[in-house]
Amino acid sequence: MKRVYVNEQWCLGCHLCEYYCAFANSNETDMVKALKDIVIHPRIQIEQKDNISFAVSCRHCEEPLCVKGCITGALSINEGVISVDQNKCIGCFTCILCCPYGAISAGDESIIQKCELCTNNKHGSPHCVKGCPNNAIVFEER
Amino acid sequence: MRYVIIGNSTAAVGAVEGIRKNDLEGEIIIISKEPYHVYSRPLISYLLYGKTDEERMKYRSKDFYDTMNCKAILGREAVKIDDAKKEVHLDDGEVLNYDKLLVATGSLPFVPPMEGLDGVHKRFSFMSLDDAKKVESAISSNSKVLIIGAGLIGLKCAEGISKRVESITVVDLADRILSSILDRDGAEIVKSHMEKRNIKFILNTKVETFANNEAVLSNGEKVEFDVLVLAVGVIPNTGLIKEINGKINRGIVVDEFCQTSIPDIFAAGDCCESFDITMEQNKVLALLPNAYMQGECAGINMAGGKKEYGKAIPMNAISFFGLHIITAGSYIGEVFSKSNGENYKKLFVKDGLLKGYIMIGDIEKAGIYTSLIREKTPLCDIDFELVLQSPGLMAFTRKDRKKILGGVVNEY
Repeated sequence: MKRVYVNEQWCLGCHLCEYYCAFANSNETDMVKALKDIVIHPRIQIEQKDNISFAVSCRHCEEPLCVKGCITGALSINEGVISVDQNKCIGCFTCILCCPYGAISAGDESIIQKCELCTNNKHGSPHCVKGCPNNAIVFEER
Repeated sequence: MRYVIIGNSTAAVGAVEGIRKNDLEGEIIIISKEPYHVYSRPLISYLLYGKTDEERMKYRSKDFYDTMNCKAILGREAVKIDDAKKEVHLDDGEVLNYDKLLVATGSLPFVPPMEGLDGVHKRFSFMSLDDAKKVESAISSNSKVLIIGAGLIGLKCAEGISKRVESITVVDLADRILSSILDRDGAEIVKSHMEKRNIKFILNTKVETFANNEAVLSNGEKVEFDVLVLAVGVIPNTGLIKEINGKINRGIVVDEFCQTSIPDIFAAGDCCESFDITMEQNKVLALLPNAYMQGECAGINMAGGKKEYGKAIPMNAISFFGLHIITAGSYIGEVFSKSNGENYKKLFVKDGLLKGYIMIGDIEKAGIYTSLIREKTPLCDIDFELVLQSPGLMAFTRKDRKKILGGVVNEY
């Protein structure tokens, strides 16, 4: 299965992936309009310290602790993609407790949000990867 | 091959999904005394709070039993196991044969003897959907509710009904609330947060007697009430295995493959013990994620696979009125605190390993800590100062990160 992989040595720390993520999940058609005057809550997040930076998003584990631990059944795997049923999630954050990557975060309306490889929006494949100017994140089979 | 599962909650679902990883053909029969499609037990408080409904509480989709090709016998109780004949006897006399049996009977409410308890008419436990429905029909906006037990169940119940009753008083023998997951300082934060929502706590105290809708406490205080919720604690439901002389400590004893001491009988979930790797001892870890993972592991082994159930630790994520709490592991060894403002954090380190943590308020990326505990990551291999400050993958070496973020994603 294709996943988002990180080439840390090429990450510029420019945060563009985060903006592309926020745009892709905003359901807006115009990026400028979607992001103007807002604080973004992207599902991919840059960790940065001194001259090191890299992007972290859901690894879509084959044996996902978040899905196994989910108390409501809101998290499930569909063809390898771990997705959240926002209607079922009640925001207990057991998945945040479980995720070894720190890749799940609290979203709006006190429920969780996570990367679904843009299968849940109109872009269809990871928009963060499209926005990365330096191939520091790639979407491929390994 | 016929698999029989006694119980229809998290561990049972884990087992069904585990069995179907290895065996798509074998017959699976689920027996549950509750008449409901599998639902998420912890959601009963959210149901009363109005944050979910019975439909959304379903732990798996409506067609779960069909797609998993299993038969659910609901509303009937398994009353006896005959391990010599490999039979399960139901309350209506029906007898089911099994090749492999899973006991996933969960836990029962623990009710200590209290004088006059039998005379209290509106008294309830708070563990099942039926309990929640009974509580719901008993309360009104004039209700004065007395909850015995300031643990996870008692406090979630308090939150669930808080907007629908006149007053809530919680009594507990311990010196703090949530004593199973919080230290004193952490408990104080959560307590004062809940007190702002008009929930009253009386700690270090127990009920001596109940008389005419009045509880007389051990400190002499009297509490008037009309609805009583008993949430002192839970005990593993081990009866079926006990009767056939299976090995039991505090819960049903299982080996690393989730098998009981009796051939072809497995057990998983709140009814049995797990090996807690932080304390290196068997413990009853009555927690939903644990129940799923143990059930899944049992299922895989029942269906001829070989999977060890390891890395079990206590872990909890819970919130009260928007204040989030995440805890894991055991609170042993040296303490490292990092608190600011409303956020509270404590890490516990022993023998160079992270053994436990408590986070209240800011719980972002808590799973990084959970993983350090489960994987027994030597803290000398990571930047501990950094990870203590803020959990993240930055604390790992570049080489490790390359594996973590660039490697093939296998089992965690």
